[in-house]
Amino acid sequence: MDAETFRFTVDGINVEATDGQSVMEACDAAGIYIPRLCYHPDLKTSGTCRVCTCKINGRNSAACVTPAAHGLVIENDTPQLTGDRRAIIEMLFVEGNHPCPYCVASGDCELQALGYRLGMVAPQQPYQSPVRKIDATHPDIYLDHERCILCARCIDASQMEDGKTVFGFEGRGIAMRLNVDAKGGLGDTQMAAIDRAASVCPVACIVVKRDSYRVPNGSRRFDKSPIGSDIEARRTGRKS
Amino acid sequence: MSANSDLTAAAIVKEFGADRSRLLDIVEQVQRRFGHIGDDAIQAIAMELGIHRVEIEDMISFYAFFNREPRGRFRIRLSKTPISFMKGAKEVALAFEKALGLSLGETSADGAFTLEWTSDIGMADQEPAALVNATVLTALTPGDVPHIVAALRQRGFDSDPSANPPYARPEATLPKAVIKSSIVKLGPLLSGLSGRTDGIGAALALSPDKVIEEMTKSKLRGRGGAGFPTGMKWRFTRKAVGADHYVVCNADEGEPGTFKDRVLLSEFPDLVFDGMTIAGYALGARHGLLYLRGEYAYMWDVLQEVLKNRRGLGLLGENIGGREGFDFDIRIQLGAGAYICGEESALLESLEGKRGAPRDRPPFPTERGYLRQPTAIDNVETFACAARIMEKGAGWFAGFGTAQSTGTKLMSVSGDCAHPGVYEVPFGITLNELLDMVGGSDAQYVQVSGPSGQSIAPKDFGRRIAYEDMSTGGSMMVFGPGRDVLEIALQFADFFVAESCGWCTPCRVGTTLLKQGMEKIVAGRATLADIAEMESLGNTVMRMSRCGLGQTAPNPILTTMRNFPELYEAKLAAAPFTPRVTLHDALREAVAVQGRESATGEI
Repeated sequence: MDAETFRFTVDGINVEATDGQSVMEACDAAGIYIPRLCYHPDLKTSGTCRVCTCKINGRNSAACVTPAAHGLVIENDTPQLTGDRRAIIEMLFVEGNHPCPYCVASGDCELQALGYRLGMVAPQQPYQSPVRKIDATHPDIYLDHERCILCARCIDASQMEDGKTVFGFEGRGIAMRLNVDAKGGLGDTQMAAIDRAASVCPVACIVVKRDSYRVPNGSRRFDKSPIGSDIEARRTGRKS
Repeated sequence: MSANSDLTAAAIVKEFGADRSRLLDIVEQVQRRFGHIGDDAIQAIAMELGIHRVEIEDMISFYAFFNREPRGRFRIRLSKTPISFMKGAKEVALAFEKALGLSLGETSADGAFTLEWTSDIGMADQEPAALVNATVLTALTPGDVPHIVAALRQRGFDSDPSANPPYARPEATLPKAVIKSSIVKLGPLLSGLSGRTDGIGAALALSPDKVIEEMTKSKLRGRGGAGFPTGMKWRFTRKAVGADHYVVCNADEGEPGTFKDRVLLSEFPDLVFDGMTIAGYALGARHGLLYLRGEYAYMWDVLQEVLKNRRGLGLLGENIGGREGFDFDIRIQLGAGAYICGEESALLESLEGKRGAPRDRPPFPTERGYLRQPTAIDNVETFACAARIMEKGAGWFAGFGTAQSTGTKLMSVSGDCAHPGVYEVPFGITLNELLDMVGGSDAQYVQVSGPSGQSIAPKDFGRRIAYEDMSTGGSMMVFGPGRDVLEIALQFADFFVAESCGWCTPCRVGTTLLKQGMEKIVAGRATLADIAEMESLGNTVMRMSRCGLGQTAPNPILTTMRNFPELYEAKLAAAPFTPRVTLHDALREAVAVQGRESATGEI
């Protein structure tokens, strides 16, 4: 066992890791929370959001795609990184339309939760206020493109977990959008409400109809505890 | 015609061996046949390749040169750069609008013409330039435009584009369809080249390891600007384990203001192919790929001819140079209009027939590159250097330049100078010396390495072109007295909005926000707080973006802020706060509905 494990430090704290783990995975296991948005433990890392960027051996790299290695010196919780991460969250808030007070995902939204956790007040940047059509062609699911943050989770989940390839991207730059595998919209794809792709959306872009208020506002995941506290709880339980 | 587009598309897929990694070529052929890629064609390609339509749409929609909707049979793309604007591109654009009865971005009702802007097309020394399909027009004036349009109308209407053989260019005889040789000054790399060099022969006299050693000894570093030691890259690639090894030549010369690779490929193609072949020998690679930017499609036929000749001479193919077992051939991959594909990992994705989104590293291409196999990607100029190093020896090469930057550098010089063009200069030359050489001594500032580089003010003209000081791919845009520095910075900001790949948040959103902020500054509406906010945003984009594009996109703004603070100060609004949207703009719709201005005017 000992031969396969090695150590690196995050903000001066020793973290044990095994070969093949990413920095993110090793830190999660050790109870150190690195803020992240597009990352999902069950899915392929796409590295789209860049929120988990840390200073790794002096260079900024995304923790989700950086392999853990012996002796890495990592800065995670620093004022500059927190500021940069907050700026990214702000960018996503102004890029799409994210009206938290009346959004179905409120309290369960990872974007909103990160805004709180990183201390976002009101975005300093101008709202882009895009007008994007809702795709309501599917009987059980609707797609609200104005909420999409282009994390790529659904693309991978549909491909790898559901074996379907319902989603893909379209366009480039600021015009990039989530696209579906049918001209007629989601209703013409193989998508089903029980698909993994329907449940991995971090915001309220992919929404299962007639299911949104099963848990009322005020009692949802991030209404109870800030995002990342589940990971940090692992650390408090440890003796160091 | 479109009735059988599905059958034709299916046939094209078969022509490319139903190989998913050739999707760019497949789509390009379909578009060549039908002018666009329709739904039927997409469905057919998807079926034949056994992939989903969403994957094909993902790729197609990424590239500026692919159309999902029908466009004009003659697609006129005007090069949009600060240099082209300085040389009168806006006036030329107006003349085209007038002659065609179209606004930029529109297609004529008869389907004959589409008129639009495009990013720099590699002709910065002969702007205003334009592409008509694959044909390049240069040094345009408004007076040329009616003749060009008349010529196109005359020859365009009776010919069915689908009947054209591949790569035929009926517009090649248009007025101004002339690309002048850009060479102004040659140095040791490119002079004394009568006919073919014997770099390959010299390499074959050594073992592959010795060839790499020779590269290392020459201290050759990557000419794209990053400056990675070529010998080390080749050694890593050779040592990496893989079923196949690949040599890739990055000819996606997209950095605005650079055109030296165009010159190398049009005037010294054999030297470049020699270099690639030598790399093939050194790496134990059997396949070479040249990724040619879509804007250079006009070179396709000529380069294919060069490759054919080389095969005839035994310089490509099996048992090259009589060496048993040394098999190597080169394929050209045409790009389709995406600046980001000059980034090596995005280039690899594009080579594999996908959207040009950069990869996260590690793994590096030397370990897992094209088709996940060990790959050495080098700049066109780097291969030319490698060929000369084999021919003349590492010592000869290291005799030029500085200790850490050996050899010479090809500089593409454009803008306000007497003699724009390509200059081969020894590393270590100062900007001052270079400006004297090109006739641009009165420059207000120089943009080195294109928009992703730096705006250098006269106080820094003593700096040197060298990896240890100013590392550059070779773009040098000269801006004379009286040029509007902030307006140029805004145009560069606009370039990055057009070329951001969109994959990562900081670059996708940040480039747009930076452009909007710059617009507010140029309009004289920004406050000190806005400028501070812009600086902070620029730094975030630089620190957090995934690849070099985003990491350098704020450069034109941040470096002009540093070097020309007085210009920003002069634009400051006197108020402590000004809203992003003026009251007048906010009320515009209401004013239009009511048919009168607000009674109180601007409050």
